[in-house]
Amino acid sequence: MRAYETVIGLEVHVELATKSKIFCGCSTAFGAKPNTHTCPVCTGMPGALPVLNRQVVEYAVAVGIAAGCEIASYSKFDRKNYFYPDNPQNYQISQLYQPICRNGGIEIETETCKKTIGIHEIHMEEDAGKLVHDEWEDISYVDYNRSGVPLIEIVSEPDLRSAQEVIAYLEKLRMMIQYLGASDCKLQEGSMRADVNLSVRPAGSLAYGTRTEMKNLNSFKAITRAIEHEKNRQIDMIESGGTVIQETRRWDDAKGESYAMRSKEDAKDYRYFPEPDLVPVRISDEWLAQIRARQPEMREARMERYQKQYGLPEYDAQILTGSKRMADIFEQASERCKKPKKVSNWLMGETMRLLRENGQEPDTLSIDPYKLAKLVDLADSGAVNNTVAKEVFEELFLHDTDPEQYVKDHGLKTVNDEGKLRSVIEQVLKDYPKSVEDYRNGKQKAAGFLVGQTMKAMKGKANPGLVNQILKELL
Amino acid sequence: MDLTGFSAIALAKKIQAKEISVEEAVRDTLAQIEKKEPDIHSFITVDAKGALAQAREVQKKIDAGSLTGALAGVPIAVKDNLCTKGLLTTCGSKMLSDFVPAYTAEAVQRLKHAGMVVVGKTNMDEFAMGSTTETSYYGPTKNPWNLAHVPGGSSGGSCAAVAAGQCVCALGSDTGGSIRQPSAFCGVTGIKPTYGTVSRYGLVAYGSSLDQVAPVAKDVSDCAALLEVLAAHDPKDSTCVKRDDTDFTSALVRDVKGMKIGIPRDYFADGLDAQVKESVLHAADVLRDLGAEVSEFDLSLVKYAVPAYYVIACAEASSNLERFDGVKYGWRAKQYEGLHDMYKKTRSEAFGAEVKRRIMLGSFVLSSGYYDAYYLKALRTKALIKQAFDKAFASFDLILCPAAPYTAPKIGESLKDPIQMYLGDIYTVAVNLAGLPGISLPVGVDAAGLPIGMQLIGDCFQEKKLIRAAFTYEQESAFMRCPYAGGKAERSGGK
Amino acid sequence: MADQKTDPITDETLEYVAILAKLELSEDEKKAAKQDMERMLAYIDQLKELDTGQVEPLSHAFAAENVFREDVAVHTDGHEDTLLNAPQKNGRCFTVPKTVI
Repeated sequence: MRAYETVIGLEVHVELATKSKIFCGCSTAFGAKPNTHTCPVCTGMPGALPVLNRQVVEYAVAVGIAAGCEIASYSKFDRKNYFYPDNPQNYQISQLYQPICRNGGIEIETETCKKTIGIHEIHMEEDAGKLVHDEWEDISYVDYNRSGVPLIEIVSEPDLRSAQEVIAYLEKLRMMIQYLGASDCKLQEGSMRADVNLSVRPAGSLAYGTRTEMKNLNSFKAITRAIEHEKNRQIDMIESGGTVIQETRRWDDAKGESYAMRSKEDAKDYRYFPEPDLVPVRISDEWLAQIRARQPEMREARMERYQKQYGLPEYDAQILTGSKRMADIFEQASERCKKPKKVSNWLMGETMRLLRENGQEPDTLSIDPYKLAKLVDLADSGAVNNTVAKEVFEELFLHDTDPEQYVKDHGLKTVNDEGKLRSVIEQVLKDYPKSVEDYRNGKQKAAGFLVGQTMKAMKGKANPGLVNQILKELL
Repeated sequence: MDLTGFSAIALAKKIQAKEISVEEAVRDTLAQIEKKEPDIHSFITVDAKGALAQAREVQKKIDAGSLTGALAGVPIAVKDNLCTKGLLTTCGSKMLSDFVPAYTAEAVQRLKHAGMVVVGKTNMDEFAMGSTTETSYYGPTKNPWNLAHVPGGSSGGSCAAVAAGQCVCALGSDTGGSIRQPSAFCGVTGIKPTYGTVSRYGLVAYGSSLDQVAPVAKDVSDCAALLEVLAAHDPKDSTCVKRDDTDFTSALVRDVKGMKIGIPRDYFADGLDAQVKESVLHAADVLRDLGAEVSEFDLSLVKYAVPAYYVIACAEASSNLERFDGVKYGWRAKQYEGLHDMYKKTRSEAFGAEVKRRIMLGSFVLSSGYYDAYYLKALRTKALIKQAFDKAFASFDLILCPAAPYTAPKIGESLKDPIQMYLGDIYTVAVNLAGLPGISLPVGVDAAGLPIGMQLIGDCFQEKKLIRAAFTYEQESAFMRCPYAGGKAERSGGK
Repeated sequence: MADQKTDPITDETLEYVAILAKLELSEDEKKAAKQDMERMLAYIDQLKELDTGQVEPLSHAFAAENVFREDVAVHTDGHEDTLLNAPQKNGRCFTVPKTVI
């Protein structure tokens, strides 16, 4: 079999984090009952007209700047016409002819390479409503809460060559957009959606093969599986003498297969024409300069700064800046207690552990940085020992408990009273003479057992260092 | 009491002077409507209950002194493509035969805010597509000057209602001449403002880049007063402009001295009815005698305006009407198999022939492979037409021409040949393409007794020049009153 | 691209346009529609006479730009008004024949 190269381009839709929709004042808040956040504009009522949300433009430009794009000083909207019930006007207001951003690039790094993925364009458009299909009846339910939520669509050049590169690109994109605060980019929740355009060609060929488009990819795993599957499907087809048909395919992750979404009812002719109800957007040099000035520090710059300013190792800086949320918490907590390395340890250690255990992503982290700073101080000063500190931290993580209050309420302060400890240890030695004998006969482990019993008796509050010291003394 | 003779302004004055109550004015209007509807059929919905309730509210405010505007208390009829909360809004179509909006069009809101009382919704060509009001699902409206003739369209119901003395004034819309042409056919005065002057929010869209809400009344003063109430910036309409010069009634001055008026030679070529030509040119003479400088010029591109207009209007309409699909409101077919069949059956059952024709043409000219040759070509033509007007207005204050190439045709004749019908829009469509203001006012009748209308076209935002010239002409001429209307004739004298 | 001036409207083209416009035409209507479209297009073809090479397509008659609203959310429950004229509904949702996914 010949060697083949996979050529992939991505169209990524991102729901922007504005408070209101792109063309009307309805709320974008998630989770409301059906059709709560609706008005004549986002439900396509006769006579309704769109008015553009300025914040959408600012987010789109911010993303464009971060993606190294040329920002169009003049851009406009077009109508994309197609009939579907989640599309209340049966046209979507989008940008085809003059999108807001063009010709950018995003650097990615995989295990095998470092390259730049070209960004063909970024444009603004409105989201559609939601369709829920009834299980038994031949009915679908239409909810327009999501109709009109602002989206940006980021179209890459076909520069990707593997699933690994695709994942790296998506992770980079997500990080960038989260850092900008433009969206929370959650694949599972649909605030970030990726459509994969894939074709294959004989290795070394410069011509492009026929590409297919894949939709309904709701996780990185699904994307990876879908890419592998489609690549193989196309190669098999070509190798057996067939031709790849340009079509849209829907990925079914449960079955591990894709299906052509062909319909003769759909001519796929969107009849794009300039939206007459909206006027063009002009980004003046002043406005562009203002947006640039407001651009927050992106991940790479932050990583470097953490190494310089806080003296953190690269590895730590990388983990901490892995999500803007965590990075912000790190900085705020460190400002408070002035112990960045300690704060870093807590975030990289216990925090990551608890996030994993609770199936949470770092960007949903909601620890109060000031409380974290307090905990760091408590642990660092020896007021609580490590075991206790971890317990208090878990309380902070799960219930936002104030560390000082908790330690007070539960009397968890480390006991440093030598006299008290001595008497407890003496009691323990009396209670476990066998262990004492074992230790004196050379079994080092017996000491550990005795320490454990001491801590148990002290309900974990003993200063471990002191316990060891006294125990060794008495033994 | 018979109030049909009054103008809107005069009626308002009588109401402020407590000679008539708002309720009396409304009752008289409702009575006139009821009496004349069997002949004219200008209304789709008459809201007697709502109108009387509004009248009582308005009277209270007038008595309290909080409503002192020039049109407070005056009844008005509204074209049925303007949404009215709680009141049936059909756009003359079966598609919306049971549609009751939960919101009111901004233009209508402004009238109500000024104390006007909406008495009902007037008949129109279906979705404003037509020039005779014969494509209405609810049957045609008759021209009060001759019941065997059309009133024009698409705002035929509004213009006929005013001409017939059913209501002193009305609101319509104008996309390619839909207020100017029927005003001419019905011997009343209608004005289309500069694009963007009146909010389109709540006006069911036909050709979005061309539509404007437009008032019709018995004389120029009433039109100016209505436009003054309607014109305001609306943040809900991105294409609505902020203007500082909307005190249109200040232009009701009898003075055209030194005004440069241009008559396009190419508008007076073949196809123009001889009597219309004569009447309109005579009106030009009147203005000349009053001190205007009238001369001929070549506008050019005249024959391309109609095809360009139809490409653009149909393209936009084909998209604007996609929302009518049986899902959210309006008609839904009873029998269908699956979603796309539901769409097709719903739309095919509920749209009339002319609407279907324009939707299909519009879809075609936007479709892949034809977009450049048709749609973009039309947009380039539009650019050239705008340039031609810009050039004309460098030399002239106003352009004077007929509103239509002929007087009102007989009912049943126009729909046989759609293209012939489209050609009748030859003097009006270019004005919408360039976004300019235009007014139509009566200048005479033909031998058959059918009204002839003259059109004055101004440069963007120059309504005041239009109003001044139109008012001056009107004050010098005999007041044209439709015999059918009955009652005594009276007209505002302005300043 | 075909020379539109001489091409009649084919059945395929008509079918295609009907799919785009979501219209169903009877055989008689199809005949009439074909004729109508052909006549309309022949009439519109006059535009070819114009030399429009020197101008850009003009979408908006006036050069307005940057009309925005601020990002302020309105927090009312719009479902009653939205569903007021629903041809078919269930609870707070519109209902349609099941869409082919």
